[in-house]
Amino acid sequence: MEAVKENKDLKTQEYFVNMGPQHPSTHGVLRLMLGLDGEIITKVEPHIGYIHRSIEKMCEFDNYRQIVHLTDRMDYLSSHMNNEAVCLLIEDALEIEVSDRVKVIRTIFSELARLSSHQLWWAATGMDLGALTAFLYGFRDREMINDIFEETCGARLTMNYNIPGGVMFDLHPNFVQRVKDFIAHFKTKLPEYDELLTDNVIFRMRTEGIGVISKEDAISYGLSGPTARASGVECDLRKSHPYSAYDRVEFKEIILEDGDAFSRYKARLLEMWESMSIIEQLIDNIPEGDIEAPTKALIKLPKGEFYQRVETARGDFGVYVVSEGGKSPFRLKFRSPSFSNLFVLDHIAKGSKIADLVAMMATFDLVVPDIDR
Amino acid sequence: MDNEALKQQITSWEPAAELVEEGSQFLNVIVTPDQLSALAEKLRNEEAMDFDYMFCLTCVDYPEHFMMVYHLRSMKHKHEMVLKARIDDKENPTVDTLCNIWRTAEYHEREVYDLFGIKFNNHPDLRRILLDEDWKGYPLRKDYVDPVNMISY
Repeated sequence: MEAVKENKDLKTQEYFVNMGPQHPSTHGVLRLMLGLDGEIITKVEPHIGYIHRSIEKMCEFDNYRQIVHLTDRMDYLSSHMNNEAVCLLIEDALEIEVSDRVKVIRTIFSELARLSSHQLWWAATGMDLGALTAFLYGFRDREMINDIFEETCGARLTMNYNIPGGVMFDLHPNFVQRVKDFIAHFKTKLPEYDELLTDNVIFRMRTEGIGVISKEDAISYGLSGPTARASGVECDLRKSHPYSAYDRVEFKEIILEDGDAFSRYKARLLEMWESMSIIEQLIDNIPEGDIEAPTKALIKLPKGEFYQRVETARGDFGVYVVSEGGKSPFRLKFRSPSFSNLFVLDHIAKGSKIADLVAMMATFDLVVPDIDR
Repeated sequence: MDNEALKQQITSWEPAAELVEEGSQFLNVIVTPDQLSALAEKLRNEEAMDFDYMFCLTCVDYPEHFMMVYHLRSMKHKHEMVLKARIDDKENPTVDTLCNIWRTAEYHEREVYDLFGIKFNNHPDLRRILLDEDWKGYPLRKDYVDPVNMISY
């Protein structure tokens, strides 16, 4: 970069290149228009909306039970947490008290979903940066979690397991044992992740000092999740606004200071250890109780405004509902973490090379339907 | 700062602001579009307030007016509030941009422009963001009709 700038004789002309909408490293239909000076990025302009389905408008015509099932089509890797956000909002508004059993089940499922999302992210990050083996390792371990989900609720990805007032089915008799087996297995495999990628010299050179986000920028751009916590922002909603059973478990909020791509990578790996610790604290004493509190068939929210946040694998997922007292919301807004996280890209990518942009994107862990909604 | 202290401070800055606590878990502060940016700047920059994190920005289309809704949080003091701007002009809704105060607002405001048709004064790059540039109408408005893509029941 310096060499090019210093050599005044090498005159270059600024030109534009489309990265995407079908580029493998964008993980979906996202187009980045890059302004380039040679290989140096002068501008990144994200063009989004290729899979915009106007879920918010659809929600204005659906009743509250139906809305729950639309949410897992946004961030499909955090589908359980997205469902949970709407369910918690409804329960809060109608003052429905869910049983301890439901709270614990939801927390265990959320953490399993977080683990599975981070595994997929780790696998894809390795692949983006040229380490294809990582992809196979990540998917091997993720399969075990998907099998656990499938056994209890019949689905592997978009689970629709939460309903207002509880969960749809009771746990499968094998659930506890299989989760324990998985934790025991993954505790031996997670150090392998470190050996394969974290300590790899090439990987370190491609991520350390790349795409640095300062703490002030992270806050001003509204970043959340591990992306913000790698820049030193304390924003874990499981700590600041505990929901379900997060107030009865002990875990560390992962805060790193450097804010570069490697910190974001490291933050997610450390979070996986914390997730396993949360599951271990809960799995042995899942309380007995009802899996569903009684609710009316047609749910009507009282007049007013409601806001509910949950911490998904990507960050702060918020649901804002304006109710006029009817069976559908008057207005519903989903605040999705990936939308806010994406737009810091232009700010941090200026002056770096295209290959580094891939490293930055990979450590943002973007899910495109979550951006487009 | 608790809600009472927030109320007192905001009233001293902007006596005309409407303060509502009922029907919401946050303190709601409703102002007119021309009071908005001055109040927002104070909320962001005053040491005791320090609302540095905007976690949600959206708009609601009521029959008589548009309401811009800004959810704010202070990372330092841990207090939260909702700032609202009531736009009475339904024909030509306009409000000042807040993206010079919170950078995240730039893209959320583009989304509101795209789906509600609110114009933001001084916005650096006000274009549609989710829909095509030649899209007709603003889908999240209540009077929007699209016989092809929308099924109403």
